[in-house]
Amino acid sequence: MGEPADLPDFSVAERDFSTVDKARLVSSLSRVLPAASLLHDLEDLRPYECDGMSALRQVPMVVALPETEAQVVEILKICAALGVPVVARGAGTGLSGGAQPHKFGLVLSLARFKKIIRIDAHARRAVVQPGVRNLAISEAAAPFGLYYAPDPSSQIACTIGGNVAENSGGVHCLKYGLTIHNLLKVRGVTIAGEIVEFGSLALDTPGYDLLPLVTGSEGMLAVVTEVTVKLTPKPQLAQCVLAAFDDVVKAGEAVAAVIAAGIIPAGLEMMDQPATAAVEEFVHAGYPLDAEAILLCESDGTPEEVAEEIARVRAILEASGATEVRVSRDEGERLRFWAGRKAAFPAAGRISPDYYCMDGTIPRKRLGEMLKAIQQMEKKYSMRCINVFHAGDGNLHPLILFDANKPGDQHTAEAFGAEILELSVALGGTITGEHGVGIEKINQMCSQFATPTLNAFHRVKAAFDPQGLLNPGKAIPTLNRCAEYGRERMGANVVQAHPDLPRF
Amino acid sequence: MSELIQAWSERIRAAAANRQPLCIRGGGTKAFYGGPEVGEPILTDAYRGIVNYAPSELVVTVRAGTPLADLEAALAAENQMLAFEPPHFADGGTVGGCVAAGLAGPRRAAVGGVRDFVLGATLIDGRGDVLRFGGEVMKNVAGYDVSRFLAGSLGTLGLIAEVSLKVLPRPVAEATLRFEMDEAAALHQLNVWAGQPLPVSASVWRGGVLHLRLSGAGAAVDAAIARLGGERLADAAAAVLWRGLRDHRDDFFAGTLPLWRLSVPSDALAVALPGEQLVEWGGAQRWLRSDAPVVEIRVRAAALGGHATLFRGGAGRSDVFHPLPAPMQALQRNLKQAFDPAGIFNPGRLYPEF
Ligand SMILES: Cc1cc2nc3c(=O)[nH]c(=O)nc-3n(C[C@@H](O)[C@H](O)[C@H](O)COP(=O)(O)OP(=O)(O)OC[C@H]3O[C@@H](n4cnc5c(N)ncnc54)[C@H](O)[C@@H]3O)c2cc1C
Ligand SMILES: Cc1cc2nc3c(=O)[nH]c(=O)nc-3n(C[C@H](O)[C@H](O)[C@H](O)COP(=O)(O)OP(=O)(O)OC[C@H]3O[C@@H](n4cnc5c(N)ncnc54)[C@H](O)[C@@H]3O)c2cc1C
Repeated sequence: MGEPADLPDFSVAERDFSTVDKARLVSSLSRVLPAASLLHDLEDLRPYECDGMSALRQVPMVVALPETEAQVVEILKICAALGVPVVARGAGTGLSGGAQPHKFGLVLSLARFKKIIRIDAHARRAVVQPGVRNLAISEAAAPFGLYYAPDPSSQIACTIGGNVAENSGGVHCLKYGLTIHNLLKVRGVTIAGEIVEFGSLALDTPGYDLLPLVTGSEGMLAVVTEVTVKLTPKPQLAQCVLAAFDDVVKAGEAVAAVIAAGIIPAGLEMMDQPATAAVEEFVHAGYPLDAEAILLCESDGTPEEVAEEIARVRAILEASGATEVRVSRDEGERLRFWAGRKAAFPAAGRISPDYYCMDGTIPRKRLGEMLKAIQQMEKKYSMRCINVFHAGDGNLHPLILFDANKPGDQHTAEAFGAEILELSVALGGTITGEHGVGIEKINQMCSQFATPTLNAFHRVKAAFDPQGLLNPGKAIPTLNRCAEYGRERMGANVVQAHPDLPRF
Repeated sequence: MSELIQAWSERIRAAAANRQPLCIRGGGTKAFYGGPEVGEPILTDAYRGIVNYAPSELVVTVRAGTPLADLEAALAAENQMLAFEPPHFADGGTVGGCVAAGLAGPRRAAVGGVRDFVLGATLIDGRGDVLRFGGEVMKNVAGYDVSRFLAGSLGTLGLIAEVSLKVLPRPVAEATLRFEMDEAAALHQLNVWAGQPLPVSASVWRGGVLHLRLSGAGAAVDAAIARLGGERLADAAAAVLWRGLRDHRDDFFAGTLPLWRLSVPSDALAVALPGEQLVEWGGAQRWLRSDAPVVEIRVRAAALGGHATLFRGGAGRSDVFHPLPAPMQALQRNLKQAFDPAGIFNPGRLYPEF
């Protein structure tokens, strides 16, 4: 079957940018940027060669570090005119290779956009530049009794621009929502150099609502230059329950029981025994080490509300077969309960030279099945995997432990990860809950979406960026890539999502 | 794929080939809203029923032609709800129409709008292609978030065949308090309360009286009542009040003067235009019954940082929605073209140019 006539050409095969002329690009950019904002020597480019997914490295051709929106406009106009790929970059903590540079492209770093422009305490909103760190917003809002609710574990480092681009979540998003639910307005620049505002200070805008398209778009639709977030009143009190289970399936059922009772906890997290052991050794949170799984369930609100909810949660967890239930007695103990969960990634890094973090989301009720399958895969690949979950919303972070210096280990870890992602789709879930597709999961996009939907994504991209210059090669696979991936998987005897594409 | 979806897909493909406009209709209850309806009707009401509902997953997947009332009854049986409190302007409204209209009720400011609860959708686009976006899980960042983008698109991008929505437990306790205060005081007070950890779930000010609804855990509602004072309404009277607002049965909505909806920042100053006013959403939604000139109302809404919609009294007019800035208008036109290249779905319903 041939491709529909009205598809943008970048949707079929990746564009070849090898003709980009570096000297010409540098000389054009130097007319709009001071020398200190333009890097093009190899030693200066090195720090930008990867993001949080450090297995993939690529030095960019040029890095620009603008300081004003007007400079961003000029840079994008130049890149559009010269046909140069542009990769926006925040703090580079992304875990899917979204900010990985393009060999023939420009990295547009927003690192110098660090100003908190305004805190409107009365209206509960903050206007910030995209390079502001997530935690810095909450710190600036704290004197007013307010905070910015989404709290990715990377919040001391990651930027709000990166959070918008990934629609990031955190341990409290079950109750307080994802990035999209906490945004009022995003101001951005298109590749044509047009300034556009998505959303507004009001709760809706006329016409189509483009805010959800831009949020989570991984730098593919526009470069974000200003973000207005909602601020949330700080709850008077938060308390955390820690429960131990002798069986992971029972722990999964306890999660469903809490939700079924009409409770939306402020956080609901789970760790399996190997993960608990790894973090306990690292942070000494006092976790029970003999449990097969532990749950952390947080309640917040007024003291009366918290007391009522904690009592109900405790009863449900006990009825679900918890072998031990502890309630934090003070703020210090609550933070200790969380310290372990929040340190899961570094703890994995401590017990293994390398780890590979997965991000599938599945319906909660399939949790037990997924865990059993991962145990089988550990045997199949002879590789360990420790599991931490945002259990309340079914978002899994299996951490595959490997050693990149051992020949073949990297490849095995990738195959292990790919199998987890394929299973997430098969269980009715998704390949990524919050870390994004980037380059890491681009092949599995072919499993999750059929060709007509992928075509629609390419058309959305073309509506903003007809030449396909913003972050090319990321997030949405080309049809050729899916055909190739389908061929690779033929031997694996799997159901094909693209029976309509040519295979040979 | 169901036969009905197959049949729609073929019909749409044929219509696109002939450039025959189609008018997607659910219950037809929102015909009064938006630009003129043009084209051959395509009725969704035969495609109904809940596809999947697992209360402990907080997700329901529904066929678009399902009556909204049926869905809400099924959720209520499990003590859950559509938290955005969609309006029932008339009997027979459908879930597809609810998502396509993108209208939320009194709880909007507290929990979010339609968009915030859409998790996935099956859409038949203007080529007759059946597209599946998002899914049935809470967190999903694979691909552009097209399903949320469909909320409020008024059937101009394609036919929504199925939709997955996040649902929430119904609050355990609820109470409505009454206060007397003028508009300026009410606008100030609403923003102050919203900045405190209080279980406010709705508000309305009209003619010197402010009503505040509290929803949540029993202990939280009791503590807030004790703290805020005011006069507590009987539960039956409170139910009539909030339903009247949600469904526009309140007498404020009964007159014949044009009804305007001004969506503005919650802390915007008083609208101060001739006509009668009703303030919802903690100050972020201002209803106005006024025959002031369209331009005057639009200029004022924009000056306050928002926009104005001619909600009722504009049926068939082409200037129902606030004009867009040029770069945004170009993006919206491109997106319309991306989903409906032949321009067959509800042409002119949203804007005359697409
Ligand atoms: C602002 C407003 C005020 C209204 N006031 C009144 C009123 O006072 N009295 C009254 O009786 N009705 C009223 N309505 C009509 C009622 O019209 C709502 O639109 C209703 O909630 C939608 O449900 P429905 O199934 O009746 O949708 P419809 O009215 O059939 O459709 C609403 C919109 O959604 C689109 N649509 C419907 N189903 C789909 C689908 N499956 N896929 C894609 N697009 C779809 C339609 O094309 C249309 O643009 C009003 C509507 C609006 C928007
Ligand atoms: C230890 C660790 C823990 C983590 N925990 C979480 C977690 O709990 N939840 C979670 O969701 N994520 C988590 N992450 C992932 C990561 O921190 C988030 O994805 C974060 O939002 C990325 O922000 P950044 O500023 O580092 O963006 P980058 O990595 O620099 O970029 C990410 C993507 O955003 C684009 N981008 C960045 N800035 C802009 C802009 N201004 N305009 C347009 N596009 C832009 C880039 O092109 C790229 O595609 C974690 C990462 C680490 C390393």
